[in-house]
Amino acid sequence: MPDTSINIVIGGEAGQGLATVGQLMARAATRAGYHLLVNQDYMSRIRGGHNFFSIRMGPEPVMAIAEGIDVFVALDGRTIDEHRDQLNAGAIVIAGEALDTAGLNALRVPFKELAPKPLFHNVVALGVLGAAVCGDVTILEDLLRQTFGKKGDTVVQANLDVVRKAFAWVGEQEFDFSCIAPPQENPGRRLMLDGNEAIALGALAAGCNFVSFYPMTPATTVPITLIAKGAPLGLVHDQAEDEIAAINMAIGASYAGAKALVATSGGGFALMTEGVSLAGVSETPLVVVVAQRPGPATGMATRTEQADLNLVLHAGHGEFPRAVFSPGTVEECFSLTHRAFDLAEQYQTPMFVLTDQFLADSYRAVPPFDLDGLPEIAQPLMDAPAPYKRYALTDDGVSPRVVPGFAEVLVRADSHEHDEQGRITEDPANRVRQNVKRLDKGNGLMQDVIGPEYYGLDESDEAADLVLLCWGSSLGACLEAAERLNAKGLTRTAVLHFSQVYPLREEQFMDFLESAGQVVAVEGNATAQFARLVARETGFVVTGSVLRFDGRPLSPGYVLKGLESII
Amino acid sequence: MISIKQYGEFETSWCPGCGNFPLLESLKKALAHLDLPPHRVMISSGIGQAAKAPHYMHCHMFNGLHGRSLPVAQGMKMANPEMTVICESGDGCVYGEGGNHFLAAIRRNMDITLLVHDNQIYGLTKGQASPTTQRGHVTKTQPGGAPSEAFNPVAVAVAMKAGFVARAFTGEPEHLTEMIVQAVNHPGFSLVDIFQPCVSFNKVNTFGWYKERCRVVEDHDPTDWGAAMALADEFGERIPLGVLYRGERPVLATPEPLARHRYAAGDLAAVLQSYA
Repeated sequence: MPDTSINIVIGGEAGQGLATVGQLMARAATRAGYHLLVNQDYMSRIRGGHNFFSIRMGPEPVMAIAEGIDVFVALDGRTIDEHRDQLNAGAIVIAGEALDTAGLNALRVPFKELAPKPLFHNVVALGVLGAAVCGDVTILEDLLRQTFGKKGDTVVQANLDVVRKAFAWVGEQEFDFSCIAPPQENPGRRLMLDGNEAIALGALAAGCNFVSFYPMTPATTVPITLIAKGAPLGLVHDQAEDEIAAINMAIGASYAGAKALVATSGGGFALMTEGVSLAGVSETPLVVVVAQRPGPATGMATRTEQADLNLVLHAGHGEFPRAVFSPGTVEECFSLTHRAFDLAEQYQTPMFVLTDQFLADSYRAVPPFDLDGLPEIAQPLMDAPAPYKRYALTDDGVSPRVVPGFAEVLVRADSHEHDEQGRITEDPANRVRQNVKRLDKGNGLMQDVIGPEYYGLDESDEAADLVLLCWGSSLGACLEAAERLNAKGLTRTAVLHFSQVYPLREEQFMDFLESAGQVVAVEGNATAQFARLVARETGFVVTGSVLRFDGRPLSPGYVLKGLESII
Repeated sequence: MISIKQYGEFETSWCPGCGNFPLLESLKKALAHLDLPPHRVMISSGIGQAAKAPHYMHCHMFNGLHGRSLPVAQGMKMANPEMTVICESGDGCVYGEGGNHFLAAIRRNMDITLLVHDNQIYGLTKGQASPTTQRGHVTKTQPGGAPSEAFNPVAVAVAMKAGFVARAFTGEPEHLTEMIVQAVNHPGFSLVDIFQPCVSFNKVNTFGWYKERCRVVEDHDPTDWGAAMALADEFGERIPLGVLYRGERPVLATPEPLARHRYAAGDLAAVLQSYA
């Protein structure tokens, strides 16, 4: 199947407003009915440097980032130097007159002529870009009205004038670029949002009404979204003094009846780990979002990696059950966060949503989430008959959890080993009973495991020559790599993607691994952490791997290149 | 009327003569005096001998991690503003391991009461210097004497204009009860730093040592910040007890118990619509 998508890259310095141009363009494409996938590449600085915003859009579903560029908006000279080698044949370059575009198929934009005030130069860029890809100016006009509406009619009108002028200017130019194919059919109303926004919305849909956090890229947009959308509806939020305070506050709030979430990245999560253990022993429901970036320590703050799987699997001293979700798409960010809240309450133990910078910042156009179709979220009790035992021994290990303050029963939660009433004790038999009780909850969690998705061959039940084993955000790169391999007709390739990486249930996937000619792990880390987890849990050893740990997201091209030496 | 008996009597793991006994008794008396039934009180504690106190009374209790009793207490209060929230722990837990939380809690000013059992030593781990141990105090881990200047919690709290700052001593139990009552009644963050002799591991700051120095202040206007700073700085031959500072600051409060909070389906749909 020929690739019908185009890849737009908007590059420039931090502070030039390129993310605004990118977001408006992506939203316009969404409204026009296109599929899209955004990759945001930015440096840990507020001004200067080199950032870029890529939008891969097309009439058919877009799964992964692209390496080549078809439409290139350069807001500074460095951007041209950085990306010149990526330009596809026939690519068009949109750049200011002052920039050196010699030898390129360029639309040289007279920014000063189209908008005397530099403030409007990003709207000029937006207009030229929209016109160059044969977009509909009215969609951009509507977006500008919405975006600047709060600033008053004068500001709106000024922006509309600029965007129309830019469209008109493009109409007068002679340039060589074929329009993108029109959307296949109107896909209906869709939402444009990134992974972190979808996590926040999934949390709200689950009734999340408390978030405490300490800012850390790339997790901060989760609390930002929760506050922007949830606080007007009663969500309580606190920016804590540190991550240790954040998780302990969330645990206190959860104990007292809130549906609580914390979000952080690797370094902040490392600080939270004693709190994770506290949620485990005190059996307090808690959802922890970990948005990965490269480590160790500060690593690369605004880049992506999948290297904190081991950390999240093992965080917290002692033994207690947990589940770890690893969404592969924006839709899964929503649905799995919702599920994490349900399971956190059902099993009264911490749940993890493990994402990464790439997915966190990656906008996609998705059908509206079906709020009515979501399962009911488990709720705690408000009262219980006396004598109430917070940690009562039960068949499945789950004790009735009462929220304190709504009845006369007293609720005692404890970080020490405790008896059924929640009082400190070092009695060895009690210790064994309580420890077994907590771990027994893992049996229920095991029953609730979401198995991996197997993206098989078109000829259904035939075993694949090659299975790409992946988890989390690397799904799209693997799917497209497999599609390209299958299109060549040489290596029949399937993808096995885990959106829940712990616990693992062998019977859900061992057949796929054992029947494959070869299994290759594709991960955004240097040590194939998930493949090693599979080996530890099942004994199945994955011998080949394609690993990326340069801080950039996995792309289909990277996967295919890595496979060359393996298959 | 609530009776102290409703708060119960329990076997403890404290040493005979420990200052925690009269402190626990004063807390129960204060809560009964405030007419608060046990199920309207949530106590958050950390780790240490002091932090075991809520195990020895009837109340809602979250006995969490070392140093982290204040974040848990504030989480509780945000989740249910209708409850009385008390945070109780020792000097090592609150001022050492949890020092950053102490500063942040003063700044936030939620309506919670912090009771610090201050015995100027680590009791549970058998006698190492704590943040309030006086410089030069010899211990097994500080054989040359504690090298750092002692932390003065009330001076820091007054300097930060915490809403209610008091000092008390278990050797003055009626005064201590009164301080707890006033602290719980104060709308906003309140601190009572309570001298509570450790009979096993602090041979310097003994009951007699405190008794000799501690005096309940008279003729002090706690709304006079300058006078409060001067009093809070006194720690030597004379140590003032009582309400050192009282001020009014905006209280950070939430409107309703979150356990009852639900989003309306229409509101969630509107949130989704904003991404179209």
